[in-house]
Order: sequence, then structure tokens, then C-alpha cells
Amino acid sequence: MLRVTDLSCERGGLPVLTGIGFEVATGQALILRGPNGIGKTTLLRTLAGLQPAVAGAVTFPEDEGAYASHADGIKTALSVTENLTFWADVYGAALPDDILETFDLADLADRLGGTLSAGQKRRLGLARLGVIGRKVLFLDEPTVSLDGFSVKLFAKWLQKTHLAGGGVAVIATHIDLGLDAPDLDLTPFKADADAGGGTDEVFL
Amino acid sequence: MIALLLRDLRLAVRAGGGFGLGLAFFLIVVVLVPFGVGPDTAVLSRIAPGILWVASLLAALLSLDRIFALDYEDGSLALLATSPMPLEGAAMMKALAHWVTTGLPLTLAAPALGFLLSLAPEAYAYLLLSLLIGTPALSMIGTFGAALTVGLRRGGLLLSLLVLPLYVPTLLFGAEAVRRGADGLDPSGALMLMGGITAGCFALLPFATAAVLRINLR
Amino acid sequence: MSMWEYANPKRFMGWTRPVLPWTFGLAMLCILVGLIWGFFFTPDDFRQGSTVKIIYLHVPSALMAINAWIMMLVASLIWVVRRHHVSALAARAAAPVGVVFTLIALFTGGIWGQPMWGTYWAWDPRLTSFLILFLFYLGYIALWEAIEDPDTAADLTSVLCMVGSVFAILSRYAVLFWNHGLHQGASLSLDKEENVADVFWFPLLVCIVGFVLLFIALVLMRTRTEIRARRIRALEARARRA
Repeated sequence: MLRVTDLSCERGGLPVLTGIGFEVATGQALILRGPNGIGKTTLLRTLAGLQPAVAGAVTFPEDEGAYASHADGIKTALSVTENLTFWADVYGAALPDDILETFDLADLADRLGGTLSAGQKRRLGLARLGVIGRKVLFLDEPTVSLDGFSVKLFAKWLQKTHLAGGGVAVIATHIDLGLDAPDLDLTPFKADADAGGGTDEVFL
Repeated sequence: MIALLLRDLRLAVRAGGGFGLGLAFFLIVVVLVPFGVGPDTAVLSRIAPGILWVASLLAALLSLDRIFALDYEDGSLALLATSPMPLEGAAMMKALAHWVTTGLPLTLAAPALGFLLSLAPEAYAYLLLSLLIGTPALSMIGTFGAALTVGLRRGGLLLSLLVLPLYVPTLLFGAEAVRRGADGLDPSGALMLMGGITAGCFALLPFATAAVLRINLR
Repeated sequence: MSMWEYANPKRFMGWTRPVLPWTFGLAMLCILVGLIWGFFFTPDDFRQGSTVKIIYLHVPSALMAINAWIMMLVASLIWVVRRHHVSALAARAAAPVGVVFTLIALFTGGIWGQPMWGTYWAWDPRLTSFLILFLFYLGYIALWEAIEDPDTAADLTSVLCMVGSVFAILSRYAVLFWNHGLHQGASLSLDKEENVADVFWFPLLVCIVGFVLLFIALVLMRTRTEIRARRIRALEARARRA
């Protein structure tokens, strides 16, 4: 469902990762591993189309990709339900009935975004993924500031609802989500110090 | 796309200051002018069209940097850019929301302030009409400027420097229409040209704004 | 080999090195000849007296103030379409030169205006348009300076230049609508009647050629500096990583 071939991505005019290739079949997830600064965020942003690739190709069904990062896009002056309804409207989807229960937000439904704790905000940000109904998810550290219980909730949703429903996910994370998913270590793809291909290469 | 407009309006109402601040600024500028130029009603009445237009332009400028700043910081903008909503449409909705929260209140308040400046009675209708036609262009141009400076830490001052020259044609036609109205001349030419500018801005600038946003999100 | 090969930074540095001093020298020669010819070897105008001689500075710099912007617009378009770095850097390099030409045009206009209209500054459409053009230049330069990433800066300033051009033209006509003005008609149009007589025209032409060459020389020089700065940046980024 998601195929990446010979992808190179750059940050600040310098290539950071080169020659990445992988495939993720329907219902599968892929966990990106690697030390800080290796370029996990850069790769996910490139996959999601937020920044152009230096070389290579990313193919997945059109209008099925969605990106989520540390920044949840939660509006502090809107309630939990209003935040989710907004994204449902943007994606032309209906709010699933059980979405608040799935992410343990039912008690918070009418609380304003600004009054939530960091972990609660994160759960709200993740609940957005359950609302928009996209099949190909690019998740950047989705479990930051979540407690053990919430991590399990999220992993359960990912496995039982998203992947079982025919989705795929590429996840950058440092913890064990307990998913039945292969790891991809990015260290071998790190660009050499003298790797070419950055935008300012012509000046060398 | 309407969802974005409604969300922005709701945020403006809840966050407070959305409607009020620009309006209060408008009032203060207009009140300060007689202190600066003296209380002679003949002088005030002559410069009233220009003052009202310049003041509403500055009031609109005041809230421009908030159009995208919050959405950029909390990540909504990146999420919107990867959503099925075309970014061009989002840009236009942002401009519309800015107009409803600043341009429209300014337009409605302007006649009351015209009274303070002894604006000629014949000019009130044209003041209202010219602001109604012209302020949407101010919002759209401002949205473009806000998109240009969204990634910058100290973008506020730069934003004014970029946007104010772009406001020149709208200001010229707008103030000219009111002045002609006050002098009993036919202001329809100026109004139509301004309408053309507004229509052109809404037809073309959303594309430029979306392009600029994509560059800034890279 | 296509003409775009010359836009490669290294090739550009190569071919501009020998071209630059010649352009500079020729520019100086033309300007000197034009100004001396114009100032000392042309008769006084029957209406304007010797004040008319300021056209040898005023007209060429006004012309170049506009041409510099047009050159920036073309360079911006080339950057957007073909992504040649030199094109973006040339646009950046041209802006301060354009500002100086605009300022010269405004100042000489004021000096000329005093004896002719009795005032240094009037809100004449043509003068006002140049003032607005000056503001556009300022915004463009400020945007370049404000953005750290050079490619982002090149992209954003290109869009600003394109949008700005449309609004600059709009302003030009809006200003005409607003005030019909005191300024004499264009000095260089092809319909001869209103025009400057031949005796004034030839030295003016030499001056204009000189200003064009001066602009080219300055832009080449500044573009070379920009390319070097960009090269230092690229080398430093790689040195940090290694």
C-alpha cells in the first residue's frame, strides 16, 4: 500500500538520509528507529509531502496520507468535541460514535483544549487520527507525554481499528508500542559526510 | 472550508479582543487626529475621508500577524496543508474570517467616527460603501503578507513594511471615492476600480498565499 | 550546450571575472563622456536655462530604477521556473542597486523641481510612483534579510516580487487617477514633437548607456559576492557535519 524507493531527503540544504527503500503492506505498520538527529522527522515530513524529496519516489493511494507530530494543532479555546468536529468537517467525515471512549476522552468532552494536561492533549491529538479516516498514517513520536495506560489505549486502537481496518502506519518512536510490526533502523541510510545532492551542491 | 471560517470566528469570539481591539484602535486614532491638527471643523471635514481610510487601514494591519501565527505554532497549519482542504481555499477563508472580525466592524463603526470629524453629510453613504468594497481587499492582501512572514520570529514589523505598499491602490481609490462624494462629484469610477482590485485580489492572491505557506511549511 | 550552462555558479564566476572590469570601464567612460558633453557642450534650454542639464542624471537613474525592478522580476521568474541559484542571487544583488537609482532619481527630481515648480517635493504622480517603488524595494530587501534559509528566502522574495510588480503597476495608475500632476511628459517617447531636442538627446543617450553598463557591472559584482557568501555557507555546513 505504501512503497518508498531510493528516497533521499534533506534538511537545511544538506542530504541527511539517502537510498531509503521499503514497502508496507495493507494492515502492516513500520517502526522507524535510530538515534536523535538521524532524520526521522525529516523522513516522515518528506513521506507526508510537506517537504520535497531530493531523489526517489513515495507512492501510496492518493488522498489517503495523514501526518501527525508533536504539534497537535489543538485549539485552546475550543472544547475537545469541537476540536474533533472541526477536523471531521475538514475531512468531510462523520465523528465516530465511540471515538471519545476509545481515547478515554469521554469525561473531558466539554473541557476546553487549553485546560487539558499534556497527556490529555496528546490523546486528543491522536483521536484526530481516528476521526479523519485516512489509511496511510505518518506518526512522529505519537506517545510523547502519554502514560503507560494511554500508550496501551493508542496501541490497541492502532492495531484493532486502524491496521485491522486496512490501514498502514509509519511510526517514529523510542518506546515499545507492543505492535506486531517490523523495525527499520535508519542508521545505515545516514548520508555520508561528502554525500552530494543537497540544494546548495552547485556552490561547492 | 466553511468549517475553517466558522472555527476562526468562534476562536475570535472566545479569545476576546478579536473584534474589540481593532475597533478601539480605530477610535483612538480618529480621536487623536483633531488633537494633532486642531479643532477647526472646516479642516477636519476636509481631511476626514483620508483620516478614516488611513485609520481603518492601520486598524486592519494591527491584527494581521495573528492570522497564521497561532495555527503555525500549534501545528494546525501543517495539518491543514496535508488535509483534503485546498490550501488556497484555506487562505481565502482565513482572509474572510479576518474581514468579518476587523473589516466589517470597522466599516460599521466608520460613520459614527465620521460624525466626530464633521464629515460632509453627502459622503456617509460613500464612506460605508467604499469601506464595504475595499476592506475585503485589505484582509486578502494582509493574509498574503501574513503568510510571507509566518515563519519569522519578529515578523510583525516586517509584515507592515511588506503590506503597506500593497495597500496603496486600495487606499487611493477608497479615500478618493469618499472625497468625491463629499465634494458632490461622481465617485462611481473610483468605487468600480476599487471593486476591481478587491475582485482581483480574491481571484489571484489565494494562490500566491498558498504557495508561500507551502514554502514556509517546508 | 544550452545558455543555462552559464548560470552554473562556477561557470558564472569564471566568465564574469574577465567581463567585469571591461563593463565597469566602459560604464565609467560612457558616463564621463555623457556628463561632460551634457554639462559643458550643450546649449541652455530656452525655457529652463541650465537647470535642464540635470536630466543627464535624472532620466538615466529613473530609467534604471524601473529597469532594475523589471530585471529582478525576470530573475525571480527564472528562479521559480528553472531554479537556477544564480538567478535568485542576481535578483537579490540588484535590489540595493535599484534602491540607489531610485533615490538618485528622487533627489535629482527634487532639485530640478525647485526652480521649475517652486518646490522640492510635490505629490506629482510620477514622483509619487517612484516613492512607492522605493517602498517596494525596501520591503523586498527586508524580506531577504529576515529569512535565514537562502532557498526559502529566494522562493518567498520571488513571490513577493511578482505580486509586488502587479501592485506597483496598479499603484502607478491609481496615482494618475488621484492626481494629474505637474510633471512634463516622458522625455524619451518616440513621438518627437514634445521631445527633447537632438543636441540634448545624444549626450543623454550616452549617459543612459553608461548607467545601463554601470548597473550590469554592479549587479555582476554583487552577484559574485553573493555566490561566494553562499559557497562559504555551504562549505561551513559540510565542515560542521564532517
